[in-house]
Amino acid sequence: MSEKRTLGFYVLAFFFALFVLFLYGPLSAIIILSFQGPNGGLTFPLNGVSLHWFGNLFETQAVGDFGGSFRRSFILALMVMVITVVVSLLAGLAFRRRFMGATPLFYLAVASLVVPSIIISLGIGVLFQQLGFRPTWYSSALGAHLTWTLPFGVLIMFAVFNRFSPSYEEAARDLGASSWQTFSHVLLPMIAPSLIGVALFGFTLSYDEFARTLMAAGTFNTLPLELYAMTTNVTTPVLYALGTITTAFSFLVIAVALAVIVYVNRRRARA
Amino acid sequence: MTVTLEHSTAAAAAERKRRPARLPRIVPYLHTLPLTLILGLFLLLPIVMTLVVSFWDYDFAMMYPDFITLNYEETLGSWVTWKTYLNTLKYAVLVWTITLFVGFWVAYFLAFYVRSAATQTILFLVCTVPFLTSNIIRMISWIPVLGRNGLVNSALIEAGIISAPIEWLLYSDFAVVLAMVHLYTLFIVVPIFNTLMRIDRSLIEAARDAGASNLQILWNVIIPLAKPGMAIGTIFVVTLVMADFSTVQVMSGGQSASVALMMKNQMSLMQYPAAAANATVLLGVVLLMVAGILRVVDIRKEL
Repeated sequence: MSEKRTLGFYVLAFFFALFVLFLYGPLSAIIILSFQGPNGGLTFPLNGVSLHWFGNLFETQAVGDFGGSFRRSFILALMVMVITVVVSLLAGLAFRRRFMGATPLFYLAVASLVVPSIIISLGIGVLFQQLGFRPTWYSSALGAHLTWTLPFGVLIMFAVFNRFSPSYEEAARDLGASSWQTFSHVLLPMIAPSLIGVALFGFTLSYDEFARTLMAAGTFNTLPLELYAMTTNVTTPVLYALGTITTAFSFLVIAVALAVIVYVNRRRARA
Repeated sequence: MTVTLEHSTAAAAAERKRRPARLPRIVPYLHTLPLTLILGLFLLLPIVMTLVVSFWDYDFAMMYPDFITLNYEETLGSWVTWKTYLNTLKYAVLVWTITLFVGFWVAYFLAFYVRSAATQTILFLVCTVPFLTSNIIRMISWIPVLGRNGLVNSALIEAGIISAPIEWLLYSDFAVVLAMVHLYTLFIVVPIFNTLMRIDRSLIEAARDAGASNLQILWNVIIPLAKPGMAIGTIFVVTLVMADFSTVQVMSGGQSASVALMMKNQMSLMQYPAAAANATVLLGVVLLMVAGILRVVDIRKEL
């Protein structure tokens, strides 16, 4: 706030550093412990260093169906991501104008964030049961995940369009562009970084979601459900190994999304 | 720069109102159709179904369509339910107080003390990344830290501060609240940061010119203007804590209960109508809390 760094700055900077340590410290503990030696336990000290527990992941008797649940979660997250981006973008476009039912729909989207996830899980489970459909990860769980990712997507699109001046589109139209040309050549490139953000949210929120999936996944577990089951019955560092791998995967996804955003911004700056 | 930009946006908005709509009236409805359908099918309909089922009868294997209030009588008439609600509310109040305190100072530091925009973006991302990783992993990562032979206990024993490990670090209310703060603080940091970034810096300069101290500026200018962000963050944190079953189950080691955990146990016993009655009561409580908070803030204005 002032030119010279005050005592307040150092106190707050220290507090912020503590907060970051609080966020990442425990995570680093399980990453280190996942390299525990074959005879090591769930806590420090490290009893040698090995990749034993990572190898253990691929034996089904140790952790259940890790490969299958990862594949299901990955495909599900991709589906959720695509639907979230398209549906949120369309809704964001619609909400730029007044229309009947806009306010109730907005509050419905907010309600989707607020309603306890386990209630959605129960409701979808019972609904499918009563309609005679079998819940599966690609139908009922997909819907359950969308109730969690869509509100975030819609709220992000709202924030984007609230700050988006329509004069760019008007200029394009004055130059003779059609509605579709205005959308694809003017609007879409301008909001592309935000759309990537929405995609990142859609993917990661779905990939890690389990409270809404609980009753909606059907016979085959998603990865977070598998992990959740493991917390109660696995007492070896194989749990940490799985945690390390899924966390590394999440970091990878985040890094890719950020790299794409930076790339898009650079290209736009050059153009 | 900002002034001209704001001016042009305002002018554009005024122009938009004058300009006749080019697209036919039906377009917004077509655009929102997918959202309406998805939320209708997977949010509204399941909630209606839950309400309906909460009046049904059941035995160990089946549910029977009926209209009985027994599930509610059993839920509301049970001492356990009230105790569980009290316990859940206790978590909500504790976690909310701590996350609001921590979240405000983190957001305040980011918004007002970090000078370069690049550093600000990077530090903001540092805070956001954990939110995009698995909650379960973040939860169990406390086990090697807090456990009987965990890092904290070993460090304290080595330093000679204690002679025997502290037992209440893990599998206790302390662990539950700590893990919830760990999981949910971000939900309050982001909305507060968002409102702080939108405070007109000239207001702060004006206060300083009028002779206000840093503390007075914080208390009389910044905090009142940050209230909408605090309210939105509060909605997130309170509803997340009220809905939580996994943190309570894992971090208390099964020794504490929350309303959602009680529901989950009923669901695993196939007592869906009982769980549905519980769900209805919980939904009512949560919506009342949210409605209370919404009286303070208009969310649409804050986006």
